[in-house]
Amino acid sequence: MALHFSSAHPISALHPLLCFFLHDTYPEMEYASGLQRQLASMKKNLFDQGYLDEQFYQLEELQDESSPNFVEEVVTLFFRDSSRLVANIDQALQKYPQDFRRLDNFMHQLKGSASSIGAAKMKNECTSFREFCNKENREGCLRSFQKVKKEHAVLKQKLENYFQLLKQVGPVDKATHSGN
Amino acid sequence: MSSPRGPKACGGGAADRQIHVLAVDDSSVDRAVIARLLRSSKYRVTTVDSGKKALELLGLQEPNVNMIITDYWMPEMTGFELLKIVKESSALREIPVVIMSSENVPNRINRCLEEGAEDFLLKPVRPSDVARLCNRMR
Repeated sequence: MALHFSSAHPISALHPLLCFFLHDTYPEMEYASGLQRQLASMKKNLFDQGYLDEQFYQLEELQDESSPNFVEEVVTLFFRDSSRLVANIDQALQKYPQDFRRLDNFMHQLKGSASSIGAAKMKNECTSFREFCNKENREGCLRSFQKVKKEHAVLKQKLENYFQLLKQVGPVDKATHSGN
Repeated sequence: MSSPRGPKACGGGAADRQIHVLAVDDSSVDRAVIARLLRSSKYRVTTVDSGKKALELLGLQEPNVNMIITDYWMPEMTGFELLKIVKESSALREIPVVIMSSENVPNRINRCLEEGAEDFLLKPVRPSDVARLCNRMR
């Protein structure tokens, strides 16, 4: 069995064969591989449940030694922008009469960014919102926006958990990522 | 996974011969993604968040820009408007301009191509799209 470790982990300094023999003696290795399994499982769920799509894999493919935290950086940028846009839309929805063009503008931006990071569920909710917007259906917009906000909050939490776990596991060989 | 004549070969080697792409997008997420995509293919990349800033940079003495890649929908100046200005400028018209958009609107695509856009990419942009641009650089 091949075990991959963060280069910061002291045991990774050992020859891989030694690692294999010392497997039972060093509980840190069990812990490390347990975390990896947890990470892989978390990631698989994110995809299976439709929170993320292919575009997220594309971002991971772009990450390398020259840009080792690329995915997390982009996701951070996304939530910074999306939080602002959600607040803008919230405010705009309070206004009367409704400026549907302005609402659609905001949502176009939000949908675009969601699409760029592979946030599939969010993207779909944004699309629904825009459909209500095009029909100038205020009630529809309000209902739809609740869903957008919910998906936004859920995704934010899930990705925070994911990146936190990723940090604990450390850099992992791409080959061990499930679903690739 | 990279093919022999794939994107990794494209950006050029020595600094003075390295291809310089100007990427224009009002979305910080999309700027980060397009910059990373282009840099993975060894292009030198400058990003700006508006058409106005793009023109300021292009107006410099030696901008040395080999390609402009711009988002279509931007506040104040759209990518289409930027394209028109570039193509109407004797100093800049030779620079290939690529438009990106998250929306697949045939009329829009045609209008851009008719106005002289080199290519029109649908977002999210993929490495294969960037590879396609390889031969279009000035």
